Amino acid sequence: MSDATGTLPAMTPATAMIRTLGLIAALCGVIIVAAYQGTYDAVQENKRIAVERAVFKVVPTAQSIVEYFALADGKLEKVGAGGTASSAAPAGAIKFYAGYDKDGKLAGIAAEGAAKGYADTVRILFAWEPATQKVPGFGIVSSRETPGIGDKIVVDKAFLANFPLDAALRDDGKSLAHEILTVKNGSKANPWEIDAIAGATITSRAVGKAINDAAQALLPRIRPHLDTLKEKP
Amino acid sequence: MHESAAQIFINAFLANNFVLAMFLGLCPFIGVSGKLETAAPMGAATTFVMLVASLCAYGLNLLLAYFNLEFLRLIAYIVIIASAVQLVEMVLKKYSPGLFRALGIFLPLITTNCAVLGVALFQTAREYDFIQSITFAVGAGAGFTLAIVLMASVRERLQLSDVPSVAQGAALSFMLAGILSLAFMGFAGLGG
Amino acid sequence: MSIIMSAATTDRWDEFMEGVWRQNPLFVMVLGLCPALAVTVSAVNALSMGLATAFVLTCSALLVSLLRKMIPKEVRIATYIVIIATFVTVVDYLIQAISLALYDALGAFIQLIVVNCMILGRAEAHASKNPPGIAVINALGMSAGFAIGLFALGAVREILGAGTLFGISLFGASFQPWVVMVLPPGGFFVLGMWLLVFSAWGRWRQRKQAAQGGAAQNA
Repeated sequence: MSDATGTLPAMTPATAMIRTLGLIAALCGVIIVAAYQGTYDAVQENKRIAVERAVFKVVPTAQSIVEYFALADGKLEKVGAGGTASSAAPAGAIKFYAGYDKDGKLAGIAAEGAAKGYADTVRILFAWEPATQKVPGFGIVSSRETPGIGDKIVVDKAFLANFPLDAALRDDGKSLAHEILTVKNGSKANPWEIDAIAGATITSRAVGKAINDAAQALLPRIRPHLDTLKEKP
Repeated sequence: MHESAAQIFINAFLANNFVLAMFLGLCPFIGVSGKLETAAPMGAATTFVMLVASLCAYGLNLLLAYFNLEFLRLIAYIVIIASAVQLVEMVLKKYSPGLFRALGIFLPLITTNCAVLGVALFQTAREYDFIQSITFAVGAGAGFTLAIVLMASVRERLQLSDVPSVAQGAALSFMLAGILSLAFMGFAGLGG
Repeated sequence: MSIIMSAATTDRWDEFMEGVWRQNPLFVMVLGLCPALAVTVSAVNALSMGLATAFVLTCSALLVSLLRKMIPKEVRIATYIVIIATFVTVVDYLIQAISLALYDALGAFIQLIVVNCMILGRAEAHASKNPPGIAVINALGMSAGFAIGLFALGAVREILGAGTLFGISLFGASFQPWVVMVLPPGGFFVLGMWLLVFSAWGRWRQRKQAAQGGAAQNA
C-alpha cells in the first residue's frame, strides 16, 4: 500500500511489534485472570447449589451430602481431602454423593451417568439404596433431547413406574447381577429392565445405558466400604 | 464415555451432522456453496484444518490441565487454529496456486469457521481420548464437506429454475438448508 | 426530529440505527449465523445470547479503538482475535456466575461467540478506524440489531414450537406444538422466512420511494 506521495509507509520494526503485542497480551491476561478470580466464588457456589438440589431430589430423605471419589485402587477418598485442586478428580476415580438423613444415617448414594441420546449426551443423576440394592429414581442433569418427546422421561408415568429399578450386585460384588437394559415398550419382564417410552426409544435407551454403565463401574467399588459409609463421618 | 471410533464418525458425519444438525460452519456453508467446484476444495481444506486443530487441541489441553491454566483454553485454541490456517494457506500457495486463487478470501475465513473451533471445544467437553478425537475431527470435516457439496449441487440447479425474485438469495438458501436438515434427521440413531 | 436534536446527537443516533436497521447483522449482512440458529429455541435464550454478544462486541470495540494507534498493521487480525477471545472468556465466567441453567442452555455457543464473523468484521472495518465514542455507539447499534434479530427468531420458534413465550403458555394445554420449529430444520425455515419478509419489505420501500421521487419530479 502506498500513500499519496508514492512512498511506502515504514514497516513497523520487529522490536516495537513484539513489545506492543506483549503489552496487549499482558493486558488481556490481566483481564481474564481478574474475571476468573472475581467470579470463582460465585461459580463454585452455583455449582454446589445445583449439585445439592439434584441429589436431594433423587434421595428425598437426605439432609446433607458428603462427596467422595471412588478411586481406581478401590479406596475411597473424600473430595477436597487430596492435595490437588478440590474438584479435580484423580485419574480413574468416580465421583459419588453420599446423602445422610437428619440422624446422620446413610439415606442413599447418588452418582452421575451419561450416555448418548438422540441429540447429544444425556446426563442424569441416579440414586441407589444400599439396603434394597435398588435405584429409586433419577433426575436429568443436562439433556438436549427433543422437547415433548425425549423430555418425557421425567414426566411419563409409565416410564417412571420402571423405578425402583433392581440394581443388585452379584454375590462376589464384582459387577451387577443383571445388566440394566432398556427393552421395547410393553416387553418388560424383569425388575432390572426398563420399559422404553413408545416413540422415545433412543432417549429411553440412553437413560438405561447411563444407569447401567455408571452402576457397573461404581457399585463394585463402593460395596466394600458400605459399613464405613453408613454413618456420617 | 465409551463410544467407539466408528460410532463417533457416523455421528459427526450423518446423525448429528455438524452443519445441518449442530449449526456449526454456517457462514461458509451459505457463502461458498454457490458453485460445486469451490465447495468441494473448501470442504477438503476445512477438514484438514479441523484435523490439525483437533490434534493441537488435544495436546494443548493436556498441557493446560497440567499447569492448571484452563482459563486460557479458548485463547490458546483460537491462536492454534489461526496458525493452522496460515499453514494451510502457505502450503496451498506453494503447491497448488490455482486452488489457492480459486478459494480466495474464503481460505483465511476458515479461521472464523465455528465448526473448526467447535471440533476443538466439543472434543474437550466430551473428554475424548486421542483416537476418538481424530475420528471426531475427520467425521466432522466429512460431514461439513457432504453438506456443502449437497448444497452447492442443488443451488447450481436452482439457478436455472424459476424462483420468485423476492425469495432469491439467502432466503432460498436457508429454505433449502432446512429441507436438507429435515432429511438428515432421518439418520437419527444410526450407529447406535 | 433533526430540528430538535443537535447535529452531533443526530449523527450518533444515525450511527446507532445503522447497526439496527440498514446494516442489521443478521438479516441484511447475514453474519453471526451459528449462534443465531442454535440457541434461538426460546425467547429467553435468544435475548441472553444477544446480551452476551453485545457485551463482547462493545468491550472489544472499545479496547480495539483505544489501542488502534498501537496495534501493528501486520498482526492486527491476530490481535483483534486475542482481544475478542479475552472478552468471550470473561462473559463465559460471568454467565456461569449468574445462572448455571442459562449456561447449560447456551452451551458451547458462548465460547463460539469468538468466531462470530460480525465481531471480527466490526473490529477490522470500524473500531480500528474510529475514536472510542463512535466505535462504542456503532457496536451498541450492531448489538441491538443482532439481539432484535435473535429475538425475532427465538420468539417465533418458541411460539410455534412450544406454544409459550418467555415460558408463559399462550394457547393453553390443547395446543399441539409444531415441534419441528425448535429442531434444527425449524431454525433454517424460520430464518429463511424472516429473510423473505425483509427482502419483500425492502422492495416495497424501494418501489414506494421511486414512485414518490417520480411524483416529486413530475410535480
